Amino acid sequence: MVEEIKAIKVRPQPKSETRKHIIVVRVQHNFGVLTRITSLFAGRGYNIESLTVGKTHEPNVARITIVVEGNERVVEQIIKQLRRLIETLRVRDITDIPHIERELVLIKVHAGEDKARDEIMRLVNIFRAKVVDVSVDTYTIEITGDTEKIEAFIKLLKPFGLKDIARTGVLALTRESAKEGLQDNKVE
Amino acid sequence: MPKKRGADIVIDVLLEEGVDTVFGLPGGAIMEVYDALFDAPLRNILARHEQAAAHMADGYARATGKVGVVMATSGPGATNLVTGLATAYMDSIPMVAITGQVPTHYIGTDAFQEADVVGITRPITKHNFLVTDIKDLALILREAFYLARTGRPGPVLVDIPKDITQQEYDYKMPTLKDVEDALPGYKPHYEGNPVQIKKAAELIRRAKRPVLYVGGGVILGEASNELRELAELTQIPVTTTNMGKGSFDENHPLALHMLGMHGTYYANMAVYHSDLLIAVGARFDDRVTGKIDEFAPEAKIIHIDIDPASISKNITVDVPIVGDVKNVLQKLLKELKKKPVEWEDARKSWLKQIQKWKEKHPLTYQKSDKIIKPQYVIEEIYNITKGDAIISAGVGQHQMWAAMFYRYNFPRQFLNSGGLGTMGYGFPASLGAKIGKPDKTVFAIEGDGSFVMNMQDLITAVQYRLPVKVAIINNEFLGMVRQWQQLFYDSRYSSVCLAVQPDFVKLAEAMGAVGLRATKPKEVREVLKKAMEINDRPVVMDFVVDREENVLPMVPAGKSYREMIVSPKQKSEAETMYLVG
Repeated sequence: MVEEIKAIKVRPQPKSETRKHIIVVRVQHNFGVLTRITSLFAGRGYNIESLTVGKTHEPNVARITIVVEGNERVVEQIIKQLRRLIETLRVRDITDIPHIERELVLIKVHAGEDKARDEIMRLVNIFRAKVVDVSVDTYTIEITGDTEKIEAFIKLLKPFGLKDIARTGVLALTRESAKEGLQDNKVE
Repeated sequence: MPKKRGADIVIDVLLEEGVDTVFGLPGGAIMEVYDALFDAPLRNILARHEQAAAHMADGYARATGKVGVVMATSGPGATNLVTGLATAYMDSIPMVAITGQVPTHYIGTDAFQEADVVGITRPITKHNFLVTDIKDLALILREAFYLARTGRPGPVLVDIPKDITQQEYDYKMPTLKDVEDALPGYKPHYEGNPVQIKKAAELIRRAKRPVLYVGGGVILGEASNELRELAELTQIPVTTTNMGKGSFDENHPLALHMLGMHGTYYANMAVYHSDLLIAVGARFDDRVTGKIDEFAPEAKIIHIDIDPASISKNITVDVPIVGDVKNVLQKLLKELKKKPVEWEDARKSWLKQIQKWKEKHPLTYQKSDKIIKPQYVIEEIYNITKGDAIISAGVGQHQMWAAMFYRYNFPRQFLNSGGLGTMGYGFPASLGAKIGKPDKTVFAIEGDGSFVMNMQDLITAVQYRLPVKVAIINNEFLGMVRQWQQLFYDSRYSSVCLAVQPDFVKLAEAMGAVGLRATKPKEVREVLKKAMEINDRPVVMDFVVDREENVLPMVPAGKSYREMIVSPKQKSEAETMYLVG
């Protein structure tokens, strides 16, 4: 019936790789605003790697830093959906803008024998971490840094036996020195 | 100012917003508001089920363009609104829902008729509020109306605990500025980027095979005149989505009618072969595009929409223009008139090709003088109403026939649940439409499956003497599911037979409405004529139609337009697959 169509043609679709994105959202600090954001992610099947919330210097404004994995298309949709929320003031993907990225982690590690205690202390010094609590057979260590540094540190501590880890998730601020890069991701 | 009760503040804001009718059903937590309503210059249409009340408010909003207001009590009252809110949300219909909530100090205690309504309705409303302080009540209600009708419209819910409706407060009516100040992050784009508009104009000038693909945004944005001017100036044919019906006169020579799954052959062929697709207030829904990789494979795409999130969501577009459609179309027209082209010459061969497609497979069906064809009923409704009635439809085969065989020619004429696909929508929505547009003839075209989902509110129509005409396309099946089972599940008719059903004529009479029935083609006109003469109560017409008629053409879900099933003779998958030359 549809004989006019002789050959199958396909719309070219842009390809893009999946990678980690850091999205910074400023919102009105009303109750329920965090639920709106997390349920937006859950409802559309986007996966949050980490999410941190805190007050800012402005009254009634909170800042949320979200780390997600996705290709450009998915991340663009996430950003648009975040902007669509009524309480959202500003959304930026700062992945490709020069920025400072930090995470604070508390790690409880087994440290029963002297040898282990010495070795862990060496690592703590090299990574400029801090021992904040000591018991007969554990150290609790505090470390800050970007994700790469944290992951490397945890990997080195693993053989000693990790008891518990508490991570804040990534916090990020753009570098003031790169101000010209601070453009809002507009659709147009 | 003297102190006012929370419930009276609610009424004050409703009046300030120009509301004259609300739809709803009282209950414990919202009693105070209903008490205030008792002597307010506002009427409440007492629905018999909150879902129907929500659809009434929705139908009212769609028919008039005003914000529809629905009220319900806490717990089950509010949860019954859910389907109605989701329906309005998917189709961007401006609505405000006011729900009662258990008193503040009971919230979270699993109190009687308590439900987390803000939590439940979060993903199906544009925004929602729980009022926790009477000081915020008036402002929140005004914000709700503002959000519902501006930008991309949608339903907004305000949940008010009972104690807040009972407290007294010395309030001042918030101004528009107060509202805007309270919503610092909410700034819809209305303007449209001039650079993008220039680019779009250039693409239109250069296009050889352009098509306008128009959605409900043109109706919501009141841009029908601009659309017609653009189509006529540039001689571009117009296809509309189900939601876009009425935005462009379907008797116009440039009209291609609906596209997509049940689109016309000529609309789908035109889109498939186009080199420029101008999407206006549409969102590339899967029922429109079918297989996305093969949708308009050679076309550049211009997309005009007020919601940035609609752009490049399902398909990557070449020229996105975020803005109010009316505003953008006006600017686009201005831009196009700066450098005129010989439009008629430029489009001659394209329009000729489209004419050939139209002649080859016009929208038609096999007529019969023995058995009532459902399409025939719709055609006769069109004839008897002279194309001037407001039509609301349920969801299923009858909805598609109502979309295909009635020719719409003005905006807000065709009301149906396009996005969510809510069965049971059509009849209650027709009541809202009739209340909003009392001078218009209003038809609810319903399926026998769809109608029974909200038929309890026939009694509401009788109570308020609403002379809506309910035409039941009765095939004793959940027809659309049956059609899919026939085509894709080897005719295994699982749980679709509705042979046991009420006698709709007697049912209507029991409710105090008029019941009529047609079982033969020659009775159809007579029944419609009788129905048109009744002006003081609803009429239910039971049209007993061909049971296994299918909605065609059809592009099977997720398939390409080239796999379109055009005629009833080709039923098997195998036949349709070999349509490609």
